[in-house]
Amino acid sequence: MSTPNPSTPAPHPSASGGATTATADATEAVVARGVERVFTGAKGAEVTALTGIELTVHDGEFVSLIGPSGCGKSTLLRLIADLDEPTAGEIRVFGKTSRQARIDQSYGIAFQQAGLLPWRTVAANIELPLQLHGADASTRRARVAELLELVGLADFAKHYPDQLSGGMQQRVAIARSLAEQPRLLLMDEPFGALDEMTRERMQTELLKIRAETGAAVVFVTHSIPEAVYLSDRVVVMSPRPGRITDEIDVRLGGAAERGEDLREDAAFFAGVTAVREALHGPEATPAAGAARGVDVR
Amino acid sequence: MTTTATTPRARRAHRWRAVAWGVVGVIALAALWELYKLVGPADGWLVGAQEGVTGSGIRLLPRTSDLAMPHIWEMFARIVEPVTRASGALPLGVVVLLAALTSLGVAALGWLVGVVVGFVLALLMLGFRIAERAVLPFVILSQTVPLIALAPLIRNWGSRLEFGAFSWESWMSVVIIASYLAFFPVAVGALRGLQSPDAAHLDLMRSYAAGWWTTLFRLRLPASVPFLIPALRLAAANAVVGTVVAEISVGFTGGIGRLILETAVAASSDPAKPWAPILGAVLLGLVAAGFVALLAAFLSPFRRQETVA
Repeated sequence: MSTPNPSTPAPHPSASGGATTATADATEAVVARGVERVFTGAKGAEVTALTGIELTVHDGEFVSLIGPSGCGKSTLLRLIADLDEPTAGEIRVFGKTSRQARIDQSYGIAFQQAGLLPWRTVAANIELPLQLHGADASTRRARVAELLELVGLADFAKHYPDQLSGGMQQRVAIARSLAEQPRLLLMDEPFGALDEMTRERMQTELLKIRAETGAAVVFVTHSIPEAVYLSDRVVVMSPRPGRITDEIDVRLGGAAERGEDLREDAAFFAGVTAVREALHGPEATPAAGAARGVDVR
Repeated sequence: MTTTATTPRARRAHRWRAVAWGVVGVIALAALWELYKLVGPADGWLVGAQEGVTGSGIRLLPRTSDLAMPHIWEMFARIVEPVTRASGALPLGVVVLLAALTSLGVAALGWLVGVVVGFVLALLMLGFRIAERAVLPFVILSQTVPLIALAPLIRNWGSRLEFGAFSWESWMSVVIIASYLAFFPVAVGALRGLQSPDAAHLDLMRSYAAGWWTTLFRLRLPASVPFLIPALRLAAANAVVGTVVAEISVGFTGGIGRLILETAVAASSDPAKPWAPILGAVLLGLVAAGFVALLAAFLSPFRRQETVA
């Protein structure tokens, strides 16, 4: 585990992609260089949501973006997904522009709201991306059955979203994001609306799914334990202007080896402490942390 | 966790109860009519009359004389009697039904034209922001023009159209006026419906690299159904009203609107007669509403809402 050094808010050496060549980029899931996003308000007022973002996500790596509200973590995710465009800098996904990556369906995405189409059954919702991209019916059926099995909803294929609990809806959304077998998953607080028990179960399930698919994950969260439990690396962000202030390697073993008992492990607590200190400085107490707007659950 | 899925049996019982209450409502209305006719003064109420001064005071309606308020059973008895005393005349009920059927056809066509025009306008306003700003005020403004003012204009313009074998018939004017009333709720309702998907759904479609048309068919159209059904129902009601009124002002014979006017003339000698075409118009409205309800039943899967339990 790296020792966090909050006194120097410079990006972690592993994040700076200055020395990497274009060919090396192609093997990385995400490479962001000098990314900036400035929003222009109605009266011409400019808000810098993100500035100087240098980030590399390796293939198969699980990276969490954490920080208080307004630090631009969701904005960064949207930029990677090409749902928004940076005002400066460049983002490459598997060596392609983010736009091309979106068109090629190189990533799957899940949001805080499950965002299922209420008039479609669970199976039809998972099928949606495959259908839009012209996969034939038998391929679709086979893939949907596989994904339903993966998220443990095989018995609910014919149910409608309004017949499912929030946790089940989110599982459907995750299954849908995996439909095209993407090598990269983008998740924007996917468990943010769930209760704590469901949330912990979903985290363990996500680890299992990730171990099976081997996809890289960029995971936006405001929960420190969630970030530590799930991630290989936690990227700490700070607001006004939104920027990366630190990166912490969490070496708790591969996704397959992580289980519920890890939450009781000393290494897990050390990770939580490291991330908390990176967010608030070493003198910060958990109470002070809560006051600063970061969830310390 | 799961929805409050009522059993089919409970649902059937619920439906029967609804029908029963509907029947009770109609009977209650008839009873109220007869009760008032029984206790109300035959010539209405005279208020503020000065004694010995004839013609003073204000007469409050309704009168309950047989001329003004015929008995319910007389109305129904009149329906089966021939329409006129001429030999071979059809029963009034049959004449009313035929007229209602004619009007139904015209109203249905007006509704269809209105729905298509309304939908095209909604799509235009969805696709081009500038169209929304330019067209929407006119769409709203169009509904403030009184129908009565419009009818002679449309008939006049229509009669000047002539190309080849085509010539403008008066029923076409009725269709145009009916559609004029029908398109408005569809344009506004469809626009709201098409704009109803939330940002997360639109982001999702964008992440799938889905184009405008794909997003329209896979997301916006299905999402618009809950907004569209009430709009279609309103359009159907408007089309019926538009048809009945336009028939009268355009002078289209053969429809229920014209029949209402014709039988009203006979009211002084045959007071039960005008009620038959009025009932016919009510029936017309019910059929139109029933048709939309049927349509809604077919579209019911699209009326589900996503709820986080």
